[in-house]
Amino acid sequence: MPKDSGIGASTKRREDIRFLTGQGNYTDDINIAGQAHVYFLRSDIAHGTINSIDTSAAAAMPGVVRVFTGADFEGVGGIPCGWQVTDRHGEPMQEPAHPVIAQGKVRHVGEIVAAVVADSLSQARDAAEAIVLDITDLPAVVDMKAAVAEGATKVHDDLTSNLCYDWGFVEENKGAVDEAFANAAHVTTLELVNNRLVANPMEPRVAVGDYTRHNDESTLYTTSQNPHVIRLLMGAFVLGIPEHKLRVVAPDVGGGFGAKIFHYAEEAFCTFAAKACNRAVKWTSSRSEAFMSDAHGRDHVSKIELALDAENNFTALRTETYANMGAYLSTFAPSVPTWLHGTLMAGNYKTPLIYVNVKAVFTNTVPVDAYRGAGRPEATYQLERVVDKAARELGVDPVALRRQNFVTEFPYETPVAVAYDTGDYHATMDQLESMIDREGFAARRAASEANGKLRGLGVNCYIEACGIAPSNLVGQLGARAGLYESATVRVNATGGLVVMTGSHSHGQGHETSFPQVIAEMIGIDESMVEIVHGDTANTPMGMGTYGSRSIAVGGSAMVRAAEKIIAKTKKIAAHLMEASEADIELKDGAFSVAGTDKSVAWGDVCLAAYVPHNYPLEDIEPGLEETAFYDPANFTYPSGAYACEVEIDPETGKVTIESFAAADDFGNVINPMIVEGQVHGGLAQGIGQALLEACAYDENGQLLTGSYMDYAMPRADDLPNYQVDHSCVTPCTHNPLGVKGCGEAGAIGSPPAVINAVVDALQSGGHAVDHIDMPVSPSRVWSAMNS
Amino acid sequence: MYNFEFVQPGSVADAASAMAGEDAQALGGGQTLLPTMKQRLASPATLVSLTGIADMKGVSAADGVLTIGGATTHATVASEAAGSFPGLAGLASHIGDPAVRNRGTIGGSLANNDPAACYPAAALGTGATIVTNTREIAADDYFQGMFSTALDEGEIITSVRLPIPQASNYQKFVQPASRFALVGVFVAKYADGVRVAVTGASEEGVHRWTAAEEALSANFSASAIEGLSVAADGMINDLHGTGAYRAHLVGVMTKRAVAAAS
Amino acid sequence: MAKVNMTVNGSPASGDVEGRTLLASFLRDQLHLTGTHVGCDTSQCGACVVHVNGEAVKSCTMLAAEADGAEVTTVEGMANADGSLNVIQQAFQDHHGLQCGFCTPGMVMSAAALLKENPKPTEAEVRTYLEGNICRCTGYHNIVKAIMAASGQDVGAIAAE
Repeated sequence: MPKDSGIGASTKRREDIRFLTGQGNYTDDINIAGQAHVYFLRSDIAHGTINSIDTSAAAAMPGVVRVFTGADFEGVGGIPCGWQVTDRHGEPMQEPAHPVIAQGKVRHVGEIVAAVVADSLSQARDAAEAIVLDITDLPAVVDMKAAVAEGATKVHDDLTSNLCYDWGFVEENKGAVDEAFANAAHVTTLELVNNRLVANPMEPRVAVGDYTRHNDESTLYTTSQNPHVIRLLMGAFVLGIPEHKLRVVAPDVGGGFGAKIFHYAEEAFCTFAAKACNRAVKWTSSRSEAFMSDAHGRDHVSKIELALDAENNFTALRTETYANMGAYLSTFAPSVPTWLHGTLMAGNYKTPLIYVNVKAVFTNTVPVDAYRGAGRPEATYQLERVVDKAARELGVDPVALRRQNFVTEFPYETPVAVAYDTGDYHATMDQLESMIDREGFAARRAASEANGKLRGLGVNCYIEACGIAPSNLVGQLGARAGLYESATVRVNATGGLVVMTGSHSHGQGHETSFPQVIAEMIGIDESMVEIVHGDTANTPMGMGTYGSRSIAVGGSAMVRAAEKIIAKTKKIAAHLMEASEADIELKDGAFSVAGTDKSVAWGDVCLAAYVPHNYPLEDIEPGLEETAFYDPANFTYPSGAYACEVEIDPETGKVTIESFAAADDFGNVINPMIVEGQVHGGLAQGIGQALLEACAYDENGQLLTGSYMDYAMPRADDLPNYQVDHSCVTPCTHNPLGVKGCGEAGAIGSPPAVINAVVDALQSGGHAVDHIDMPVSPSRVWSAMNS
Repeated sequence: MYNFEFVQPGSVADAASAMAGEDAQALGGGQTLLPTMKQRLASPATLVSLTGIADMKGVSAADGVLTIGGATTHATVASEAAGSFPGLAGLASHIGDPAVRNRGTIGGSLANNDPAACYPAAALGTGATIVTNTREIAADDYFQGMFSTALDEGEIITSVRLPIPQASNYQKFVQPASRFALVGVFVAKYADGVRVAVTGASEEGVHRWTAAEEALSANFSASAIEGLSVAADGMINDLHGTGAYRAHLVGVMTKRAVAAAS
Repeated sequence: MAKVNMTVNGSPASGDVEGRTLLASFLRDQLHLTGTHVGCDTSQCGACVVHVNGEAVKSCTMLAAEADGAEVTTVEGMANADGSLNVIQQAFQDHHGLQCGFCTPGMVMSAAALLKENPKPTEAEVRTYLEGNICRCTGYHNIVKAIMAASGQDVGAIAAE
């Protein structure tokens, strides 16, 4: 019997009411009286030396407040990078300066060259056309392997090369891994591309900088997943504004998917310009600007090798990846191909020896950073493709080969530095197999073939590490931030609660799911709990939402704060009922004394805290407000098994997704409806990557996919209904809710299922295709069939 | 967008005189022109909206010819031509998306002559007559390469007359991002022969596939074009498909159009 | 500048607009109806869909001047008279047909247009009709389900939840 409230209930989302009636408050809905607008003049070439910028005519145009160039930002800090990777030789990565506005050179199409602040956006744009740029073209560096070849043009003249780092993991294991390959009975090798993507939250980025001169305070309204992180990065490293003079507000945010984690130049500019102009300054990205200024995702070129013994046990794994950083290091870019990727290469398997090499490369392209899954999809895709290829080469069932190599005992220390606390990979695979009617596949394939179509079935597993992250661990790995989360629980005098969380909701439904936890703990109605988030002025310092961390880390902080509240209310209740604190029980919104019929209501205890007439003032303070900061002891490790069935029209090469099934283990689940929605969305993005999406540059560094005319977004008729299941539950052992997180799973687990299915279909048609790169566009599939 | 003066005349004559002004540009439904203007790729001084001209709206069938006012929306054609000319209604019902079809017009589409647009294939594939405020232009003379037409400056498409075929069909294989035609083929069978027009594929824009027309005129069946092939030379080669792929699709879509023709 | 007059959500609305003022901008900036969103500049995402004279249009690809004299309905005008969610809005909430909410106004307006034209659409018809509305959060599953439910059809066969 499903619950109708509290933990485990599919409570309908309260935030929906405002979104469905047009009452949302997104950043672009914010207009400050007297605000000016900025238009950014962006580089239309990928690489060039700036000789001069003449802004005099622009500055004289109607409505223009001020024109800014890189010169105005000399002495202002650059955009910081939040993670330092150490290479395989023990040296720190190469870290170039990242100016707010280009200085000396432009390094990618879309880089800001100048900014015009004017009364209206049209005036700003008109004036930008009057700016005279003298820029000498330089050869563009686009291809990663060419970028690190001898004699390549350098993106950054002051670095020794375009190689950001050459990372080996675990470097000490390299010799043993090589030896295992030398002794292998079978080696499967696969080269593949993890295509560059653009996150494309439907709300383009917006920044509104405001400034009040009388108290020298700055406020930034921005489309961010983590306003406190922006405040720290921008305040401390770019503009030199102390936190108490800087407020960052991220109101309703229209999707993030990673792209709204990072601190962007436009945020710093609007904050800086508001003070410089003593006037609010607003920027709203167009979609075209978004394509050339939002951080991109993925873009790895990899070679993966799997060694097996004569019994088909995995004995070693070796990878070499080129990871595109773009022209500058975005906030968390260096961590994505390393710690969020190398540590996941064990996957669901007990492969004893693993070596991962990653070469991060600067190119004249938009910076690349985390996008839903961030590193984990890249790891999963390589691993699950190479295992599938191995099964085909060996002539064994791909599911059986996986099962044979599953990790089955927990906790499990992988050879890539992480320890899985719980999981049951056979259980999720069993569940998947119960959902997909594998036995009936042959008949379905025959039916497709009778119709002139090819049909394929692809199955794979995934594991991810999320609930990011233990601060002491990530600190050792190069993070320049802690990754705890915070919550303040404030109980009002009449018993209602407000939770101020450092997590940020931009679609995840925290306003609904967080109260379910509190309501369960106290035994009150969910409607008695409100969630406040997204404003540094009224939430404790928190790290925000990404890496499927909100419930696992933010939720845990909330639980800890609520536990403090409950402990205090029990003291008050004990006083009111003249009982021992140890005998007080809280259930269904009332305190009772064990073994007696004494009882006092939650609201009466709360009132006593604020009207402390009869109150143990000698022992405890009045009031009921507690804050907790929760730092996780480990990552969480959601896992699952996915299956995709495709049909291919051999005449056109068009791939159609016939069905998609996902069996996940997310540990405990707070709101199944929301969790399933998260999986649906992740699947759509993963299927989108596999089937449709690709961000492409030409050899001159021109962006070929600069709008929805060329970047294929998945639409309703591209996608199937999904079968999703999360009934396999192995609770996380180290957080109070036993939760693992569900935001990224779909995007991590689905691309290999699609490609495995496509390869299966092509081979069934007699095509000697053992791999095809994403996206499997009709043109690409047709070419593969006809080459 | 650059600013402009917006005028909405109520008659063709008033529209024609407005179009005589310097840098005047006709505005149909604006579904291509307005996005272009947002990118500041066009800067008319005056935008002359044609959608207020009642005479330029509507669909009527008489004497084997379907006449469509130049300012008629795709949605209207999709519903009103369904009985008389299902091949054309089917084409109109798949242009853009429902909201685009409620604004976009046949005159706007033909005047723009986007190489991946659908209507040019129907106009050329039926041997339509493009009627303007000054003259009548045969489709075979009208299309002059991508984004290029026989229209003079200031000339307005007031209606389009399409001979209704015995059977016809349009098959569009969409470019996955824009959903425009990667390749679209319109096939129309008349008593005196078959016409086949191809959009989306060629660097020359919409064009007829005469070899297929000859084969289909002799034998109107999909098998008639087995063995015919289209050269990849001159086909568009981009992110979404090579020239060879497009050339191949021309054959596939033609066969499918013949098979589906009604 | 030219004066435009229209009826928006049943009430008269007017304002002075430039030729280039888009209907979406007029609604958002001058009438402060910020429920209509702009998510792209190529007329594809559909976050800006409103009804003009009863037909769904992309308000970012229509001039305010073109709507002079028209009846315009935006998402703010969709709820029942007492402020409660209408049947489509309620179905979106019931079936979790939205996450971040940004595409939602356009989805609701397109869904309303679809159901007016086709009161009992099949699932395939719903998916096809939504060609001009992009959602990045939901994977569409629950949007399709919500629209089917709003049409009064049984959605038990649509998996999940």
